[in-house]
Amino acid sequence: MGALSIRDVRKSYHGNEILKGINLEIEKGEFLILVGPSGCGKSTLLSMIAGLDSVTSGEIRIGDRVVNDLSPKDRDIAMVFQSYALYPNMTVRENISFGLQIRKVPAAEQARIVERVANTLQIGHLLDRRPSQLSGGQRQRVAMGRAISREPSLFLFDEPLSNLDAKLRVEMRTEIKLLHQRMGTSIVYVTHDQIEAMTLGDKIAVMKAGEVQQFGTPQEIYDNPANLFVAGFMGSPSMNFIPAKVEAVGGGYGVKLESGQRTHVFPVPAADGKLKAWEGREVLFGIRPEQITHKNASRAGLPQFQTAEMPIRLTEPTGPDTMVLVPINGKDVVCRVHPAHAGQPGESMELMFDLSKSVFFDPASEQRIA
Amino acid sequence: MADMSVAHTAGASKAGRFIIYGLLALVCLYYLMPLFVMLSTSLKSLDEIRAGNLLSLPGGFRTDAWVKAWDSACTGVQCEGLKGFFWNSVSFVVPAVVISTMIGAFNGYALTMYRFRGSDLVFGMLMIGCFIPFQVVLLPMAQTLGAMGIANSTVGLVFVHVVYGAAFTTLFFRNYYVTIPDELVKAAKIDGAGFLRIFFSIILPLSVPIIVVSVIWQFTQVWNDFLFGVVFSSGDRQPITVALNNLVNTSTGVKEYNVDMAAAIIAALPTLLVYIVAGKYFVRGLTAGAVKG
Repeated sequence: MGALSIRDVRKSYHGNEILKGINLEIEKGEFLILVGPSGCGKSTLLSMIAGLDSVTSGEIRIGDRVVNDLSPKDRDIAMVFQSYALYPNMTVRENISFGLQIRKVPAAEQARIVERVANTLQIGHLLDRRPSQLSGGQRQRVAMGRAISREPSLFLFDEPLSNLDAKLRVEMRTEIKLLHQRMGTSIVYVTHDQIEAMTLGDKIAVMKAGEVQQFGTPQEIYDNPANLFVAGFMGSPSMNFIPAKVEAVGGGYGVKLESGQRTHVFPVPAADGKLKAWEGREVLFGIRPEQITHKNASRAGLPQFQTAEMPIRLTEPTGPDTMVLVPINGKDVVCRVHPAHAGQPGESMELMFDLSKSVFFDPASEQRIA
Repeated sequence: MADMSVAHTAGASKAGRFIIYGLLALVCLYYLMPLFVMLSTSLKSLDEIRAGNLLSLPGGFRTDAWVKAWDSACTGVQCEGLKGFFWNSVSFVVPAVVISTMIGAFNGYALTMYRFRGSDLVFGMLMIGCFIPFQVVLLPMAQTLGAMGIANSTVGLVFVHVVYGAAFTTLFFRNYYVTIPDELVKAAKIDGAGFLRIFFSIILPLSVPIIVVSVIWQFTQVWNDFLFGVVFSSGDRQPITVALNNLVNTSTGVKEYNVDMAAAIIAALPTLLVYIVAGKYFVRGLTAGAVKG
């Protein structure tokens, strides 16, 4: 029995369907990320898991209990909110022990738990302060402390890092991951940040318009996106989508790319079978920036690599890599090149395409072809 | 804003300040004049009042008018001053203020944090209560009090003021509570707190500024009320506002302006005191939510 299982869960408000049949399941100790643009229903789903929103139809199980009609306090969960939602009138100590107090945990036990939590999160020196006297990062820690004090079987995080500045966000992200490793409690974590999703999750559910677009491990979702939306949403800079015609080449099939005055047809052996049906028609050819780099002689002969010389429109140095923009079939395509090999705008450079992970979409249905 | 526009040069800024403070001083003077006249008149003897003009200072510090107003001035047939009526007012104003504030806090909490089907409608109907003139409810209220068996009693008067005040206090608390993030209540629900526990442990401790606003407002309204007092009470149970009216209108020969003035100040003193003690919270409470604390 999994830690959390969501079966065909739907939610409607005034006849509007917000969630259209969600199915998800995680094992004990797994870190589930719900990610998607705002309005996709991820926070509503989290609220429903927490018991703060009712379920229109379907079933939510936590552990081996159906919790649809249980109140939040009986679900054995704890939640960290985006605004932290610390009780402003209570000290940090009181904030952490409030839930214990309500559950009638003996005072001595409460003190012991508060101390343990404070040690875990290094907030011992803050225990007698009020939330208004804490910095954003400290509030975040206290909010997590309040959640872990009760040792629930499931943690819910609602965009907990989005109120922090960029540097602190990265630090707290690492801390959450460490905390999860140490405690091994299952977590459901809502975010709109695909980097948070990739770095934290054991499983990711990419959502859009009330539906799960894809559910899988971060690597699966990154390498094998189910559709155009997932492919574009995950990864930064995002995947290039190049409208390209499928043509027969060298006994197989490939995509026709035009750049500058030159035309190239890249054979894609891995997708041969599936591209056959699209011969002569246009598909969306998806390739991530890191799969287009400077020419590397040692790989040049391998079948999944293709090289082509293309004019550079713009370069964007990021430090470790330089993003080079080249026009292909009328689209600006981002290539991730080592700074030492990047050319200058106006020049052209030889680029090497790794086609082993390239993907293809139907431009009309936006579904994956190959 | 005025500050910024005149701050171009040091000279202009100085002149601007001079004008601003001059105007403020004039306005203060204008508003303080009646109080000054009341105070100085209450300290004068009747001879001084007849001889001097309205603005002249009293010859000495005489408190006989105050003593008389408190202790022995006639309010109709009996001549025992305002003291009894003062405590009458205290005895119904305090419970009326406390109860209506509590109801307002509770209503506001239920209407914002526990939105139910039709909660906006309920709130809308409550708001209509703010716009109903006192006179309109006199007759139905008299019937209701009669039916409840609390006509002509302190309890009845408290009831009337609670009913009338609840609309305003609900409005205050509701508008304050919409600025408190829902997530606070959600967090408490997950922590296991119930409806009442959340109210008493979390929401009420955050409500101090708006409680002060509500108390000041209700205290001023109820203490200063004349109409309900004169209609729904009688004899020696009347509030001080009614007694003051009787005192001023009871003439036995000479009109004692000094006693009238002293009596009026006594009647106004409690509200004045409430403003002085809690006034800064009043402004703070009314603007709360504009700046998130």
